[in-house]
Amino acid sequence: METCDVLIVGAGVTGAAIARELSRYKLKIFLLEKEVEAAFGVSKSNSGIIHAGTQNPPSSLKGRLCVEGNRLIREELSKDLGLTFVQCGQLIVIFDLKDLPALEKIKKEGGELGVKGLEIVDRAWLDAREPNLGPEVKAALYAPTAGIVSPYRFVYALVENAAANGVELKTSHKVTAIRRVDEGGARFEVEAGGETYRTRFLVNAAGLFADEISALAGAPSFKITPRKGEEYLLDKKRGHLVNHIIFPLPSENSKGILIIKTSDGNPMIGPTAHETGDKADLSTTDEGLAEALAGARRMMPSISRGDIIAYFAGLRPACGRDFVIRREDAAPGLITAAGIQSPGLTAAPAIAVMAADILKTHGLGLEPKKEFHRLRPRPAHLFQIPPEETKRLIAKNPAYGDIVCRCEMVSAVEIRDAIKRGARTLDGVKFRTRAQSGRCHGGFCTTRIIKIMREELGLPVTEITKRGPGSELIKGERI
Amino acid sequence: MTERELVIVGGGPAGLAAALAAGEAGVKDILLIERDQHLGGILNQCIHTGFGLHRFKAELTGPEYADRFVKTVEKAPEIEVSLRSFAVKLTGDRVITYLKPGAMEEVKARAVILATGCRERTREMIPICGSRPAGVYPAGLAQKMINLEGWIPGKEAVIVGSGDIGLIMARRMTLEGMKVKAVIEIQKTTRGLTRNVVQCLEDYGIPLHLRHKILKITGRDRVEKVEVVRVDDNFAGIPRSGFEIRCDTVLISVGLIPENELLEMAGAQIDPKTNGPLSARVNFTSIPGIFVCGNAFRVYDLADNVSLDSESAGRSAAEYLGKGSADRGNLS
Amino acid sequence: MNRLMICIECPQGCRLSVETGGSRVISVTGQECECGENYARQEIENPVRTLTASVLTGSPALKMLPVRTSAPIPKEKIFPAMEEIKKIKVPFPVETGDAVVKNFMGLGVDLLATRKSGRSFP
Repeated sequence: METCDVLIVGAGVTGAAIARELSRYKLKIFLLEKEVEAAFGVSKSNSGIIHAGTQNPPSSLKGRLCVEGNRLIREELSKDLGLTFVQCGQLIVIFDLKDLPALEKIKKEGGELGVKGLEIVDRAWLDAREPNLGPEVKAALYAPTAGIVSPYRFVYALVENAAANGVELKTSHKVTAIRRVDEGGARFEVEAGGETYRTRFLVNAAGLFADEISALAGAPSFKITPRKGEEYLLDKKRGHLVNHIIFPLPSENSKGILIIKTSDGNPMIGPTAHETGDKADLSTTDEGLAEALAGARRMMPSISRGDIIAYFAGLRPACGRDFVIRREDAAPGLITAAGIQSPGLTAAPAIAVMAADILKTHGLGLEPKKEFHRLRPRPAHLFQIPPEETKRLIAKNPAYGDIVCRCEMVSAVEIRDAIKRGARTLDGVKFRTRAQSGRCHGGFCTTRIIKIMREELGLPVTEITKRGPGSELIKGERI
Repeated sequence: MTERELVIVGGGPAGLAAALAAGEAGVKDILLIERDQHLGGILNQCIHTGFGLHRFKAELTGPEYADRFVKTVEKAPEIEVSLRSFAVKLTGDRVITYLKPGAMEEVKARAVILATGCRERTREMIPICGSRPAGVYPAGLAQKMINLEGWIPGKEAVIVGSGDIGLIMARRMTLEGMKVKAVIEIQKTTRGLTRNVVQCLEDYGIPLHLRHKILKITGRDRVEKVEVVRVDDNFAGIPRSGFEIRCDTVLISVGLIPENELLEMAGAQIDPKTNGPLSARVNFTSIPGIFVCGNAFRVYDLADNVSLDSESAGRSAAEYLGKGSADRGNLS
Repeated sequence: MNRLMICIECPQGCRLSVETGGSRVISVTGQECECGENYARQEIENPVRTLTASVLTGSPALKMLPVRTSAPIPKEKIFPAMEEIKKIKVPFPVETGDAVVKNFMGLGVDLLATRKSGRSFP
């Protein structure tokens, strides 16, 4: 039996950010994740946009937390955690000048929330800075504070830094039961991964499954409705097409199909938005592809189907229109951070601060640690550094010259480092290093990566998986 | 930075033949860089027969075919081989940067031959919608797993596309104890050689569905099934012609694309349709002194033709370097 | 009786028209070289195939050694031969063309290595 002050359920961006925020204080914290690695739920399919903070109602949690989260990422976390944050700015484009008042309204509301630098720009401005926009685009709202990160690498950085400050991450720990207790200050007894945890405070950051966790804890107060989004990644060679994150004017239900330049340089189009009853439905469809293409091509006609090199679907854990961040009076000690859909990735650091405040108000003592390790060294990636730096790395460790993934230039050291940092699956290695995410989709490097994983993890190849149990890659081996 | 007369990138059938031909034509200083720890390239995983009928008048396996060239290269004093060496950059004035364990090297070459081969088209390029479970492999990757590592990828497979690698793998997986349930080909005829349809599919009773395509791959963690449909002349699915095949493995064998990223980096013109170099003459590129041969120039169906093409590239490079084109000895 | 078949001796894949009487071949047309007629006779009277596969070496340098039969073997022996091949281990160094197993399964053919084991450039 483990006991702790705070037990956080869900190691997506929300749970990871809360864990990292609370790791400043003298607390015993566990971070439970049902998947085999952190970020393997909702977060891994995120677009990675760090929104400026427009397009949210001024009175909403989304509105306030998005602007604050954007500031925290831009000014603090990107440097502290060694993130690759590209502040590319965002454009909300209109196809008809009759829609100018709508842009003005977004600008005004954004200004009230504290979004800096908003500016309505005309076609000439756009021609100079985003020359591939189609002729239908007439004007746009420019927000310079928006940017892009790699969503999973953001989560990994938060988790690694939290762990460096004493948080214990427990992967493959699906919560199966929660009991109310009242013993030595503990209020919940949680069964997960075959272990029992007693905790004073329980933070529910369980994404798509937050409603189920809440019900288990005795507060069945809300329901998560998954909304599927399909995204289509374009070839890096088409990276020159786009310089900003480009949105159409938002509709009642969605921000629309965007054109994004990911932090790795590939343009991406999407996401679609369709409600689904199935929390496991991650399939892409012909209709989704057509919708993403049509939406993107209206803004940028030179995008073509042949540019697409990869695609995936994700599920937004929607719960009404706003985030649900509150204490649950039906289950004292339970804090909810649910319904964290867009702009959840941006807002996460601010959600974490808010969650810490709620915990404090309800009796959790937040005494700062003497030594809080604020900085997390940035992992070295050959694809991000100049040749002189590569040379220096090889001189230090010859295996940096041993290239495993040729499309994305990933060395054996980076693969081993990813595993040391927590990668347990082929996808985990891919998300951390980019190995297998290039043109050949792992055709050349998969066997080598599996062999390195076998060595580092001490597993037979038949137990190495793509993304956890059930996704084994090899069914038999001649030995 | 060192200087070399000729640098060849790639030690597969193309690079080997180009190096030998350039050497025979009088080039005295050749550096052959290969990313793997062995020479031979993809031939090493092509353990089936069918190589060398034209060149050696014998039916060889891939490794045997490679071996004949490798033995000659090993004896050629003018050819230096650098293994586990990975070219990361090529400039228009022929400076090649490559990494190998322990070093990053820069070489200025008077001439360059790119013999970088090709890569497989992927599921994403077709594209096939559905989920993205484990068990979907490019056919060449499955070939590498089985033939070089002794790994059996699954139990029941469906192969998309009837290219030669797919057909060869249908037989190979069957021999290793897997059940190959179908080969699905969208065209009216197979893309592979007829002999492979006979000896790889018909011999083992593996159904070939021409004019069919996969609509969707299903499976949360591992492939569970595929949905197949008959197509019309525009490759659109015909309503109510669909059926499902349960399987845990899907192999993709839908063609090859020349690998020319180095050439592109150097600023040469690339045909966006084929990904081969745009040039007026075979093996030439828009940059003088940079040549491309083998499957990187154009995807050939036989290794014998890769060798022929690459020998001509070796001679062209020699000529560019001012060497006479005498002594055109053949290998056999 | 007339049978249509495709010659698999080379990538040409000639379409053969074979006139048979019982299990004997009377005449073959459609071939572009003499291989076609031989193939047709063989295929009808006693179909054979060259078997290629790979065997374990026990060495980490080259885990699987590719092998082939030195001559085609009867088709019905292919699966039994694979069962044998899966049991073979070749822990000693071999050169391309060396016999890994002589008179494999009593079929009168050798099982040959098609690659040097652990081959790497010096």
